[in-house]
Amino acid sequence: MSYKDLIKKTAFEQHKMLVNKEVSSVELVNAHFERIEEVDGKLGAFNSLTRDAAIETAKKVDNKIKNGEDIPVLAGVPLALKDNMNMIGSYTTASSKILSNFVSPYDATVTKKLKENLVPIVGKANMDEFAMGSSNENSSTKPVHNPWDLNKVPGGSSGGSAAAVAACEVPLSLGSDTGGSIRLPASFCGIVGVKPTYGRVSRYGLIAFASSLDQIGPFSRSVEDSALLLETISGHDPKDSTSLNIEVPKYSELIKKEIKGLKVGVITELLSDGVSPEVKSSIENAIQKYKELGAEIVEVSLPLLKYSIGVYYIIATAEASSNLARFDGVRYGHRTKDAKNLIEMYCKTRAEGFGDEVKRRIMLGTYALSSGYYDAYYKKAQQVRHLIKNDFDKVFAQADVIICPTCPYTAFEIGSKVQDPLSMYLTDIGTITANLGGIPGMSIPCGFDNDGMPIGLEILAPALKEDIMMRAAYNFEQATDFHKKIANI
Amino acid sequence: MSQLRDKYEVVIGLEVHAQLKTKSKIFAPDGIEFGKEQNTQISPITLGMPGVLPVLNKECVNMGILLGLALNCSIPQKCKFDRKQYFYADLPKGYQISQYDEPICVNGYIDVKGKRIGITRAHLEEDAGKLVHAGADGLAGSSYSLVDLNRAGTPLLEIVSEPDMRSSEEAKDYMEELRSIVRYLGVCDGNLDEGSMRCDANISIMPKGSKEFGTRAEIKNVNSFRALQRAIEYEIDRQIEVVESGEKVVQETRLWDDNQGVTKSMRGKEDAHDYRYFPEPDLMPLEISREWVESIRKSMPELPAQKRIKYQQAGLSEYDANVIVDQMETALFYDKMLDLGVNARIASNFLMGEITAYLKEEHLTIDQTKITPESLTKLIKLIENGTISNNIAKNLVMTLVKEGGDPEEIVKKQGLGVISDQNAIKEICQKVVNDNPNQVAAYKGGKQQLFGYFVGQVMKETKGRANPQTVNSLLKEILG
Amino acid sequence: MIEIKDVEHVAKLARLELTEEEKRKFANQLSSILEYVEEMNEVDTEGVEPMSHAIHFVNVMREDEVKYEQTKEELMKNAPFEEDGFFRVPKIS
Repeated sequence: MSYKDLIKKTAFEQHKMLVNKEVSSVELVNAHFERIEEVDGKLGAFNSLTRDAAIETAKKVDNKIKNGEDIPVLAGVPLALKDNMNMIGSYTTASSKILSNFVSPYDATVTKKLKENLVPIVGKANMDEFAMGSSNENSSTKPVHNPWDLNKVPGGSSGGSAAAVAACEVPLSLGSDTGGSIRLPASFCGIVGVKPTYGRVSRYGLIAFASSLDQIGPFSRSVEDSALLLETISGHDPKDSTSLNIEVPKYSELIKKEIKGLKVGVITELLSDGVSPEVKSSIENAIQKYKELGAEIVEVSLPLLKYSIGVYYIIATAEASSNLARFDGVRYGHRTKDAKNLIEMYCKTRAEGFGDEVKRRIMLGTYALSSGYYDAYYKKAQQVRHLIKNDFDKVFAQADVIICPTCPYTAFEIGSKVQDPLSMYLTDIGTITANLGGIPGMSIPCGFDNDGMPIGLEILAPALKEDIMMRAAYNFEQATDFHKKIANI
Repeated sequence: MSQLRDKYEVVIGLEVHAQLKTKSKIFAPDGIEFGKEQNTQISPITLGMPGVLPVLNKECVNMGILLGLALNCSIPQKCKFDRKQYFYADLPKGYQISQYDEPICVNGYIDVKGKRIGITRAHLEEDAGKLVHAGADGLAGSSYSLVDLNRAGTPLLEIVSEPDMRSSEEAKDYMEELRSIVRYLGVCDGNLDEGSMRCDANISIMPKGSKEFGTRAEIKNVNSFRALQRAIEYEIDRQIEVVESGEKVVQETRLWDDNQGVTKSMRGKEDAHDYRYFPEPDLMPLEISREWVESIRKSMPELPAQKRIKYQQAGLSEYDANVIVDQMETALFYDKMLDLGVNARIASNFLMGEITAYLKEEHLTIDQTKITPESLTKLIKLIENGTISNNIAKNLVMTLVKEGGDPEEIVKKQGLGVISDQNAIKEICQKVVNDNPNQVAAYKGGKQQLFGYFVGQVMKETKGRANPQTVNSLLKEILG
Repeated sequence: MIEIKDVEHVAKLARLELTEEEKRKFANQLSSILEYVEEMNEVDTEGVEPMSHAIHFVNVMREDEVKYEQTKEELMKNAPFEEDGFFRVPKIS
């Protein structure tokens, strides 16, 4: 089979080929590196490649298969890590100049789990600096381009992870989602992206943006692949105090159940103003599809939705301003040259090391926590957050899952929003509330606009109900063809 | 100055940092031993590497509850951690994880020499690293600094008192009592030299009779009991001088300079602090059940104040009880002897006499020597039942300290028992008289003070094993 | 709303050196962002408990054990300026 056919296979299909000895893991890994060489110059999805380590893992898998041993389901199938996840010996930069020379001495818990499962990690995916952005234009290395139209953004902040999967550079990748950073790029790139329940996947080794909102999750070209990857990386981690000590269900099996009688809520606020007509009609078609599949449609309301972006930008930037204080040029990372004293060293190091958006958010977060403003901004935001969470509880008393557009519009032109941070922030209206409420959310392909750009359907579920959420996604996917179309690059 | 002093009342509150005696750091599994090679007790967590997360050491919470109970504090049902944010070279993350508005202990007190000192709160937090300043003795004038993060993340309990102290003496007594308490609890070794206990003092003055406190200055870098008293004395005089000259005391942080014996303003060297506290999102809150508190209460050892009472009830003077309680290892040793049924007074005399002198000279604690509560108790029993004399016992006790052993066996082996045979002693007395005709003549000629000489000779002959009273009466009999 | 002096104060707290141009830009941008944020003041939050985490559980602790996973060399190899096993920093004052 030519490498061009191999790389289009889903992770599970690649696994079946491995165990049937139709292909070796080394061949798989090499095929994907060939693809990366072919297209990544145009895409910019990778910050660095870890070829030697990937080949070494692939060889281990091939040996096991040769010896007739069982292998874990994702063993030997190539994967990309977002560049904010630590991996021993790899550059781990979060696409920031301040970490451009940082070679990690430790493995994130997800990295450790992937290694234990013999998943070859091919490289570190480009992203918005410190995961701050919705378009992947905030990378200090290079912007990522959308595989469906290279003039457009892939969405952010996990743009590299999404583009790499959409362009078949890898069948699987990991991203992180603080306000939509997995779901938005999944939507813009026409693939599946899952943000699990807060605490489902360990954050240990994930470079923190906003600690109470960050969560790692999978990208793939099929719902089943995401279910398999989520099974692999989930679970309790004693190194993360916010990690849930609850057993991980067998998602890949549970998703295959029917959805007859499932109550699907539709958020009215997200189908009104500001949603592009093409997105709106795709979502209406999706609602129709769910009816056909036997689901019961209920209208639900999140009245506080309009405040969520404001709440989010206070909480996220406040936490970020604190999390990014450690980048001071003392123990690792960039340090300015020839500073006269410690304070000057701090101020210049950070001025040189951080990009514009990161500085803006540090400023906003520092302001919100500063003396005299804490109650008006931070405390108020946490109170409204509580009410938003209560709203979700009410909604999920009426519906098993809720659906809405992942984003009110499709991928926009590179450069079209960079001058106006606020309008960029508004891109996250459909995704942010899930992070504030700690609930799982995912995006799956549900259509294309008139320019052929993908449209994403967002599915949200109550905390720890990833199985039901992905079941709703799987049933929709199996009844539609959107996921079968692959970006032509 | 002393006249001026009479015009003012002094108000002092102390913030004491006690390093907890755990094995590992409060949020990371690194060791916390003192004096290790620089940067060898570190991890990605201690270095604040990108992506790491803190996990709370349970032992720190247990110790916090224990100390809180010993300080008569309430242990709230809920407490949480917060980030205190500032930049400094010894603070790896740009924030210190501490407890801001929901500490683990609140509203306590201790009684110090009859006076009740309120404890506002005590909270858990992490220590910072250490800086070595190159090219100078201290920070001032140094050309650069070196960072050692071994200490960063060491668990601390910060104990904040009410402004209840009115003199440097009271402050010192409070600090000493606190040190004694943490040591008896085993939660801190109380070693001021190694910085395992540190103190900041808030000091203000107000006209006598006033109800309104003056503006306070916070004095940092007070590293010994002597420094604490000196720094407070200096600061009182300084503030009185400021007020008397018609100026106002400024609220500020001042640094105690032990060499020069002055406090110096840190103004201009630090920003107006805005710590931007907010709840630590990487940690979940604590809910401390009453069962948890009670289980800790059950493990509470006897506190210094309780021991003082116990010793006095056993027959010691207040002074003697204090002396023993002040040496924790000796007190614990003494407790075991009391349990063995020893005579409390005799035992305390032994401990406070030769043994304490020896320990001081050798810089040892009693548990580092070879003597045991059992052996000393046996020795005292041997005196009490008349087997050995006091003099023998005094020599023997140092043997036990230095070489150890069973006093009964030693007495037997070396034949140190009291000579109970009257005739044998009489024979020796007679021999001494016979051997010293000149002295006998002088004695009989009126030199009565020579009697002691004969006694000494008899004791020498008997190696102290004869009963002095018996020797006295026998000699008198022989000499007429 | 946000003035240059506010930006300067915050930048000092955050240890960020800003150019005059950046100060002006941030003053404008932060003003418009905060104006948008302040819409949340329309929400009545009287008596509402501030929420730090959406998922609530308590008492996450570890045993008191010493364990090292990396050597000093591994941990210090990223140091921008190491001297004699210390991290070296410019003079402090």
